[in-house]
Amino acid sequence: MTSSPSDCCDPADNSNCGCCCDGVPDQTPKPLPPLNRRGDVLCRLSNKFRMNYVVAPGLYTIGNPAQESPVLVTANYRLTCNHLRKELEGGNIWILVLDTKGINVWCAAGKGSFGTKELINRITVSGLDSVVKHRTIILPQLGAPGVAAHQVKKATGFSVIYGPVQARDIKVYLAGGNTATEAMRTVTFTFKERLVLTFMELLPALKKYLWILLGIVVVMGIQRTGILYKPSIFHSWPIVVVGFWAIIIGTFLAPILLPVIPFRSFALKGALLGAVLLAPFFYLINRAFCGSIILATAVFVFFTTLSSYCALNFTGCTPFTNISGVKKEMRIAVPSYLSACGISAILLVIFKLQELGIL
Amino acid sequence: MKYLKNVATVKLDREKCTGCRKCLEVCPRQVLVMREYKAAIVDLDACIECGACRQNCAFDAITVKSGVGCAQALFNALLTGGEPVCDCEKGGKKSSGCC
Repeated sequence: MTSSPSDCCDPADNSNCGCCCDGVPDQTPKPLPPLNRRGDVLCRLSNKFRMNYVVAPGLYTIGNPAQESPVLVTANYRLTCNHLRKELEGGNIWILVLDTKGINVWCAAGKGSFGTKELINRITVSGLDSVVKHRTIILPQLGAPGVAAHQVKKATGFSVIYGPVQARDIKVYLAGGNTATEAMRTVTFTFKERLVLTFMELLPALKKYLWILLGIVVVMGIQRTGILYKPSIFHSWPIVVVGFWAIIIGTFLAPILLPVIPFRSFALKGALLGAVLLAPFFYLINRAFCGSIILATAVFVFFTTLSSYCALNFTGCTPFTNISGVKKEMRIAVPSYLSACGISAILLVIFKLQELGIL
Repeated sequence: MKYLKNVATVKLDREKCTGCRKCLEVCPRQVLVMREYKAAIVDLDACIECGACRQNCAFDAITVKSGVGCAQALFNALLTGGEPVCDCEKGGKKSSGCC
């Protein structure tokens, strides 16, 4: 990528710029960028902001590290660097930031960008061997899927040891002579950890929902004399509300209630929660859905499916699913979803034909 | 929390295992333990197929079909016919370390 110096290079601020002014990256260790509370919130809400919330790769300092100070390796997602910085405030540490394209350690390790090759490259270009006397680097444990410790040792002479999963344990880990307890080595997925992730599920889903909404308004508006405004609004709004609720169920309620919903399959969890929480709406059958059980069924089937689909998409956000399992779920879920959509479409057509007096 | 039963593909060759404990160190789900000076898989359903154990085994004793357990990425692959890429990686600048 090319950037002009004006929009990219402010020597006083290396926080949001991955580029360099003269074509040669400056390799002098710099202090890790300061904390950024506003950014830490925004990156949970906007995908665009999140993807540009980066720290330029390279060697950084916290405090005034000496030749004996520990070296920690991390990803160049600014939120990740901020977590580390917050925990290590007051210490004297080297931080080697790898180029993970702004992605966090866990996801980048899964894709290989937090990986053996980049680590070896970054150790070399940063001249780490002349900066420190020792030959040990500490990686976050969740970086292990991308890094082969023995190959790094062979190529650079640096021994890789894996620290705790969470940045919040790093101080205790270092103070204890680089020893991690089993709790430090285990990934958790608490209520709060799930909650912060739900917004990036909910918001994009709502954006896509606008298209479904448009479809509902058009279809409900179709009358013998054309697409009419009045039936469109009066018949659409209950369906639109149900759909909105279905998305909240799938992207917000299912993730936060994950451990208490029966079944291990995410698709089933979403379908069950969707069916249970959408059912009360059908007491309103006489008033909404034009009093038609056919339309009500079409709406119920479609939006239960939508809840299930949203919940299934949450598999990627969790630290306890595996790809074999997700593939197995999808082998059953995809045909089921297609059938459910087909059934809803047929019911909807029957309803419309009845409404228009053709059937 | 555990995911689907008996689907994880992780396998350990005890013949090749030297008991160096690296896999126990990197596993974030405590799938492995030491048994008679070698590693052993004790909790298969906890495995998330992240590949950390295989990647860090210097003796090729572990195999696992690893990948990201993300339905969104697999849906995208299904639609585009390409590699599984999730929405998390779209819409931003792709490179940050170049000129």
